[in-house]
Amino acid sequence: MFVAFIRNAIRFSTIFLFGSTGEIITEKSGHLNMGTPGIMCLGGIGAVLGERLYLLTIANDVDLINPFLCVLFPLIMTIIFGALGGLFFSFLTVTLRCNQNVVGLTLTTFGVGLNAFILARVPRGAGFTYASAYFYKLFPDTVVSSTGWFGEIFLGHGFLVYLAIILAIIATIVIKKTNVGLSLRSIGENPATADAAGLNVSKYRYLATMIGGAIAALGGLFYIMDYLGGSVEYTIDRYGWMAVALVIFSVWNPSFSIFGSLLFGALYIMPSFLDGLSFADKELIKLVPYAVTILVLVVTSLFNRKETQPPAALGLTYFREDR
Amino acid sequence: MENNIALQFVNISKSFGSKIANKNVSLDLRKGEILAILGENGSGKTTLMNAAIGIYYPDEGQIFVNGEEASIHSPKDAYNYHIGMIHQHFKLVDVFTAKENVILGLSKEDYKKQEEATKAKQDLKLQKIREEEGREPTKEELKKYNKRIKDSKSYNLEEAKRKIIKICKKYGFEVDPDKKVYEMSVSEKQTLEIIKALYKGVDILILDEPTAVLTPQETKKLFNVLRNMASQGKSIIIITHKLNEVLEISDRVSVLRKGEYAGTVVTKDTNEKELTELMVGRKIELNIKRPAVKNPHDRLFIEGLTYTNREGVKALDDVSFVARGGEILGIAGIACNGQRELLEGIAGLVHLDSGDIVFHNPKKNRPVTFFHHNVKQIRELAEKGALYDDDTKETLNLKGVSTKKIKEMVQKEKIMFYEDEIIDLRNKKPIEIRNLGIKLSFVPEDRLGMGLVGNMNIIDNMMLRSFRKGHSIFLNRKKPKYLAEEIVDELEVVTPNLKTPVRNLSGGNIQKLLVGREISSSPKVLMVAYPVRGLDIKSSYTIYDLLNEQKERGTAVVFVGEDLDVLLALSDRILVLSGGKVAGIVDARKTTKEEIGLLMTKSIEKQEVSYNVSQEDEEE
Amino acid sequence: MLAKKMKKNDIKRDPFIHLTRLPDPKARHYWFSKLISVVIALLICALITNAMAPGSFGDFFKYLGLGTFSSSLQTLRVFQDTAILLLIALALTPAFKMKFWNIGAEGQVLIGALGATIAMKFLAGTMPNALLIFVCLALSILFSIIWAVIPAIFKAFFNTNETLFTLMMNYLASGLVAYFVFVWVPNGSAVLGVINPNTHDGWLPKLFGQDYLINIITVVIITVLIFVYLKYSKHGYELTVVGESQNTARYVGINVKKTIIRTLILSGAVCGLVGFLLVNGTSHTLNADLVSGRGFTGILVAWLGHFNPFEMIFTAFLVAFVTLGGSYAGDIFRFGTAYSKVLIGIFFFVFIASEFFLRYKMNFSTEVQAFFKKIGDFFAKIFGPIGRFFKKIFTPVGRFFKKIFAPVGRFFKKLFKKKDSPKEEPVSKEE
Repeated sequence: MFVAFIRNAIRFSTIFLFGSTGEIITEKSGHLNMGTPGIMCLGGIGAVLGERLYLLTIANDVDLINPFLCVLFPLIMTIIFGALGGLFFSFLTVTLRCNQNVVGLTLTTFGVGLNAFILARVPRGAGFTYASAYFYKLFPDTVVSSTGWFGEIFLGHGFLVYLAIILAIIATIVIKKTNVGLSLRSIGENPATADAAGLNVSKYRYLATMIGGAIAALGGLFYIMDYLGGSVEYTIDRYGWMAVALVIFSVWNPSFSIFGSLLFGALYIMPSFLDGLSFADKELIKLVPYAVTILVLVVTSLFNRKETQPPAALGLTYFREDR
Repeated sequence: MENNIALQFVNISKSFGSKIANKNVSLDLRKGEILAILGENGSGKTTLMNAAIGIYYPDEGQIFVNGEEASIHSPKDAYNYHIGMIHQHFKLVDVFTAKENVILGLSKEDYKKQEEATKAKQDLKLQKIREEEGREPTKEELKKYNKRIKDSKSYNLEEAKRKIIKICKKYGFEVDPDKKVYEMSVSEKQTLEIIKALYKGVDILILDEPTAVLTPQETKKLFNVLRNMASQGKSIIIITHKLNEVLEISDRVSVLRKGEYAGTVVTKDTNEKELTELMVGRKIELNIKRPAVKNPHDRLFIEGLTYTNREGVKALDDVSFVARGGEILGIAGIACNGQRELLEGIAGLVHLDSGDIVFHNPKKNRPVTFFHHNVKQIRELAEKGALYDDDTKETLNLKGVSTKKIKEMVQKEKIMFYEDEIIDLRNKKPIEIRNLGIKLSFVPEDRLGMGLVGNMNIIDNMMLRSFRKGHSIFLNRKKPKYLAEEIVDELEVVTPNLKTPVRNLSGGNIQKLLVGREISSSPKVLMVAYPVRGLDIKSSYTIYDLLNEQKERGTAVVFVGEDLDVLLALSDRILVLSGGKVAGIVDARKTTKEEIGLLMTKSIEKQEVSYNVSQEDEEE
Repeated sequence: MLAKKMKKNDIKRDPFIHLTRLPDPKARHYWFSKLISVVIALLICALITNAMAPGSFGDFFKYLGLGTFSSSLQTLRVFQDTAILLLIALALTPAFKMKFWNIGAEGQVLIGALGATIAMKFLAGTMPNALLIFVCLALSILFSIIWAVIPAIFKAFFNTNETLFTLMMNYLASGLVAYFVFVWVPNGSAVLGVINPNTHDGWLPKLFGQDYLINIITVVIITVLIFVYLKYSKHGYELTVVGESQNTARYVGINVKKTIIRTLILSGAVCGLVGFLLVNGTSHTLNADLVSGRGFTGILVAWLGHFNPFEMIFTAFLVAFVTLGGSYAGDIFRFGTAYSKVLIGIFFFVFIASEFFLRYKMNFSTEVQAFFKKIGDFFAKIFGPIGRFFKKIFTPVGRFFKKIFAPVGRFFKKLFKKKDSPKEEPVSKEE
């Protein structure tokens, strides 16, 4: 029971981890992208459309499914959709200099609407269920079962779970230890300085937001194709907001976000692992992650340290000729 | 001849919306010279230079570098032309260390160049070993050779640190590469900016008002560095509006006036008067008036003020002085040495750790009321001997007198203050000070961030101080409107109408509104912080006149300034702050700039810079 | 010098495009741009609809109209939705003016609705109906105020990020509502059902036989009140100063903490009113999806209305119109309910983008300008005569209308003279 709980927590936390890693990269460039929930919805659309496209190429014949291609199609489509979301956000905020909060919220409204609109119109059949099998399994069953609890907790996941963790670690290293990371941080802290140092602020913001969008969108792919096994639900935006909250929880560090999302995931699925609870009590337990986020917010604001503060230029539009 | 010109501007024009910043400006910078660009605030000096480094793109005109037309669209292009600029507001990232700031923005090509340069240097070293010492380099030496080249070809903080230390040694700078910028002093930040430019190999260095934040001694040091750089073939432009500095440092002077080119003169053939005329366009009386002090009286006693700021630094340390009515007290000091905290502390904006601020109101003969004091305070005042009985005219002794009796006496207006009113202002909020009926006006340094609200119109800004008057829950915009009309009229504020948001006005007009509002309440104490910063000469003189007018009215004026010449000419006494302490109070009529400069740096201990680099690295 | 000039051709001098900031737009330019935005957004929506269901380009507009103004009931529904959206936007406006980014209206309204429901469910029959309605109102306002003030207190004292705090409070609110619904309906169906269906205890009375009229009247009153509060009251002045600069507020002795908390109490109170209207006036029941995203849409309504209560009427109406018309069209085309959300998203995007063209001027490089000029000349050739023709026809018509409406305009101008400040002219910075 406990092993299954941990296993499921890790699995569920992946949605948050993708979202928060993407959002951290975005926020490091000074973009407060409140459209992340919407981008995750776009990712869901990309996943379903990609899978549908692949299934059409094999004429819905489940026997012809190629494990590699059936994963690749939705993966690429998701990344494209997420990057498009980021591109759209950047176009409005960088090129057209619109308010980031407004654009973000609009993007979320739009993404959630489009998600429900399109997913309701994509016919799904057995193909999706078959295809999703290739998402939630990476190691063969024999390996997993032969290693006991270790295997079940650490090896019994789909490749996206490992990808999320690897991406978070890579993101941390890039942000902290490389030239690109230094430039990115400087743009989020003080774009005027970065500009004077010869960095292309617009280019970095575009790229960071698009890459962040693509990573966040993977959360949508994971949710639909892995976690739900190919069936459809429209509540991705709710997890998207959790991901935005996680950015603060992990003080803009993707590595901390791995543990943060695990905690959130565990709290979120806890009700279904506790016996004898009424429906009402389960609702109460579901509130805990939100309450914890609030607690973290309050605690970090109490200890006003420079290193745990948001990027100084977060949410501000940069216009070189502003006086 | 052509080859001698490093940087040339031809017919540059640039406008912001309806405001013209530069119009047909042409000037040139020769190789290895120091060119001063002189002009009033708002004459377009900075805009012109920003065009050279790609911050702004000019609407018209061309820029030539080394005789070839340059296309500079971004600071990156500027670096490729070896042009660097040190801005008035430093372009540094606060949370980064010095070395991170220095290597910020290096591209792949930059690293390639760096690698090639390092390789050449290291090759030379090996060659030296082979030829001069006649032996093959040892394994250790070869290892070091490879490591050096590897370090230099990509992002490497160690390599950056080594190179920074090298530059420091070459020019005599003192900067710790591992220090975070937010922990640095202003002068350290400026040094870091220069190092940054040198690290990137600039040949043309532009400095925007570099001395505004420095002491005379630091200025001298900076000028030495600049001369040193110029003698090594670097071309330098220094933007300033200070005449004496122009005469001291530059080879030639180009003057801008209201965005237009006014002429270039060779420094050694000119003098202050000629330059001023070029700058302003007409003859101008340069002397600041200083009326004699009449009937000075002690107004504000400051005793032992101490304030620790949020970072735990003592911003004010045991500051004591007296501000006198009918006198201008100048406050000098390097930027951020407690000036702001001092004024804000007196105005009640920050919570002081300890100390007393006592307001002294002579010739005030009035009964004590409960409006201003409660019984406990009345007892304390009586203990200090500040009260007397109206019937007996004798000093009041309230020991053993019941509270009820005191209340009765107050109601019958039997308890009177002695002639002087003494009020403790320490840690009273601005609103409490106002409720006490003390007219304390304060013109803060940050005009649009504190004194006025940029997005509000003139009328709404006029009522910032007084909007609470009356019991109605609604605002009364009538009186502020009259006040606005009066100020606009009397101080010649240029504005389309009274509904204009103040941010749309120029710096001089904004300051006139702010000072006008603050003196409209006929203050007893007037504190002004950097009142002429960013103003043109005419507006500056308007402000000086207003301050003198207040002084002659008997107001105690506290004037925080940065330009020592102005401080010396305008103030009666000068208090020098250094590291939050009072370094000295001198008579402005007798002292010299150098004396004040020495006082400004008095209590700053020389900070040891520690380089954590091994001996062999330093050998290079 | 010659060598220099030769070089000139080799260098690409101008950047393709560079931007300069424009002075604030005049009122008529502003409204004209809004009009254009509406037209463009409608066209985009119609084109997308046409792509999904070929041949429906004209039908789209037809259904948009049919879904909103074909019957008095529908018309009332549009105004009712406008009213609720506008109320939420109004609730947020004082906080936004103070730069307190309260995105928790969703939760604040919902928790208010919970308060009203509790009163309605448990106090029915114990008191006269008028008193019950009053208690519902009081309780919902109290609940909402508590929900809004918690983040405000933390913001005031510890500078805790209010955006994320209020966001989290939304989910706490919806979770709490779900909890209470499960407590009251333990079978797990999560459907509370209509409260007091027979006695109609706590239901708002119908005004002139119309369901929603009371909501609409309320919102009219609140709009005027908020406008007056922001523009003419001392509180409104204080919160504007706090929003513009906390330093200035300290400098003039405004109590920043008090102002933040007081403003959020007001914000919460209006949200409570919305919750009350939703439960007692409209749905007479409660579920976690009662507000259905209108708390977020309200933010956009307030923002795009530039925090001006009267301009917000326009944005709120537009959103309500597109939502209802869009969902009607969506039903006909069998696109589902989410279709209208997509339309709303498009509308917002177009509006946001339109602001750009008002605030910035694009300076194209000379080559691009020449290219545009060529296109322009071409069109001028074609459309010039047509334009002249129309001008000939419409100028007399215009004059005629001017003659009629000018006196009316003058009358209104007189009426509002004291309230409306003239838009400021661009100012040149000169000494």
